[in-house]
Amino acid sequence: MNTSILAKFKLSYGEFKLDVDLSLPNSGITVLFGHSGSGKTTLLRCIAGLQHAPEGFLSINGVIWQDSTKHLFIPTYQRALGYVFQEANLFAHLNVNENLHYGLKRLKNSVDTIQKESIIQLLGISHLMARMPDNLSGGERQRVAIARALVLNPQILLMDEPLASLDWERKQEVLPFLIRLNQQLKIPVLYVTHSKQEMAQLADYLVLMSQGKVDATGRLAQTLSRVNLPLAQDRQASCVWDVCVAQHDSVDYLTQVAFSGGRLYLPMIHLEIGDTLRIQIFARDVSITLDISTQTSILNILPATIVDIYHDEMGQSVVSLNVGEHTLLAHITQKSAVFLDLSVGKSVFVQIKGTSILN
Amino acid sequence: MLTSADFATLRLTFQVASLATILMLLFGTPLAWWLARTQSKYKGIINAIVALPLVLPPTVLGFYLLIILGKNGPIGQFTTQLGWGTLPFTFAGLVVSSFLYSLPFVVQPLQTAFSAIGNRPLEAAATLRASPLDTFFSVVLPLSTSGFLTATVLGFAHTVGEFGVVLMVGGNIPDKTRVVSVQIYNHVEALEYSQAHWLAGGLLVFSFCVLWLLYSSVNISSSTQLPK
Repeated sequence: MNTSILAKFKLSYGEFKLDVDLSLPNSGITVLFGHSGSGKTTLLRCIAGLQHAPEGFLSINGVIWQDSTKHLFIPTYQRALGYVFQEANLFAHLNVNENLHYGLKRLKNSVDTIQKESIIQLLGISHLMARMPDNLSGGERQRVAIARALVLNPQILLMDEPLASLDWERKQEVLPFLIRLNQQLKIPVLYVTHSKQEMAQLADYLVLMSQGKVDATGRLAQTLSRVNLPLAQDRQASCVWDVCVAQHDSVDYLTQVAFSGGRLYLPMIHLEIGDTLRIQIFARDVSITLDISTQTSILNILPATIVDIYHDEMGQSVVSLNVGEHTLLAHITQKSAVFLDLSVGKSVFVQIKGTSILN
Repeated sequence: MLTSADFATLRLTFQVASLATILMLLFGTPLAWWLARTQSKYKGIINAIVALPLVLPPTVLGFYLLIILGKNGPIGQFTTQLGWGTLPFTFAGLVVSSFLYSLPFVVQPLQTAFSAIGNRPLEAAATLRASPLDTFFSVVLPLSTSGFLTATVLGFAHTVGEFGVVLMVGGNIPDKTRVVSVQIYNHVEALEYSQAHWLAGGLLVFSFCVLWLLYSSVNISSSTQLPK
């Protein structure tokens, strides 16, 4: 991991305390995930300098933005960042084009117009340039807000629950833009959310927070499959795999996708061979068997190795397994775990009953 | 009809009100900004001081101003030492007392407008490389134009309409401190009712038109409120 973002903050107000010490990758989307009150937004605001943590150290790609031991605190407006708020926060007295240019005009070194145009294209807002913010839908407003932050070509893009104020349909309208943005621009993103769906769809790297502290950090797939975390024990626990389209079986109306542990059958997807996609496999849809049964309706049966097992107090066992280099979670009963004599290192087969396509 | 003496009072009134309004806007804008943004414990007391002229009889304010600005008062002694003489019964004295008397009519609409803007546009501007001063001119001012319109009109109109303070501090000196409201009083005292009608009627029409225009142009909803 290329850690170029170092963030260390201590701050308290009232009952709330924030105490974090993080090193984060300088590429891809890092999701700060936690319930409300976990301190994720406060952490983001500290990184932006909108909130001044009395004790803190922050460096982005080697540039120090805060070092309280040296009484150094670069004010927000001098930090090369982009910030997208929960509410779009467009300036009501300026039209879309003027909103986009507000930050651009204030940059010391100019950004080339090709990049600006490509961002406008990427977010699909070129037809909105003359409109006033009051005449935009919530989704359009948020896309303009994202573009306004991106055209500054920031060192880091900070997003504070940018989809939380949108209804489901508007979310589906903005999400693809966020995914494309991650694929096309090389700007590291810190993304705050409490939605598991958004986390699973967007994250490359995950920071789990609760009560002002960091519970776990790591690459998404690895972090999701850590059996001792509440996330893996939750009924909705899942793993997320990035896979590649390998073959379409038009007769059976199936698509085969390739990953490090072999191939998976999915219902036919209309993507080109070689395209990548992200799929989600819920732990409750995974079962474990010791030998390949041929008499089953389940298509996806793969060899796996047990990496870790956690037995909870409710008779459930959370098993994490390696399938090739991909990790998978299975929720089974403790009775079955004992019956199959499951232990760490044991070779088994996993039966995957269903997958869902995230993007 | 109006005499040349009446026109002189009109001209003087206009000069006092214009100058006082400009000074109130210059001084009232940062004060209103501070009051709208601060969490200082002094906010309450400063707010109360600014609002005092709304509740005090003008004669009370005029009386104390006369004493403070007079040659034995603290400010009077100071201005005398500077070689400016004392302020009561001068044009400058009129402007200063009008300034204090009408200040809440400028500060309160501005303060309401600034509070209504809230933190969010300011934070958005900061993340878009705008310094606090830059933000004030590029975001706060354009978003509070209706507040400024209200403040300017009310400050000016209220200064035109004042009587007690200008009589106490300004006196009744022709061409120097005699403003329209005092001139109407003079006419009535002298039983020149027709003269009084022309000036009083003129002021009535002026005030009504100003308020009519103001209430028609400003959307008096959440962003701007007139002081009560």
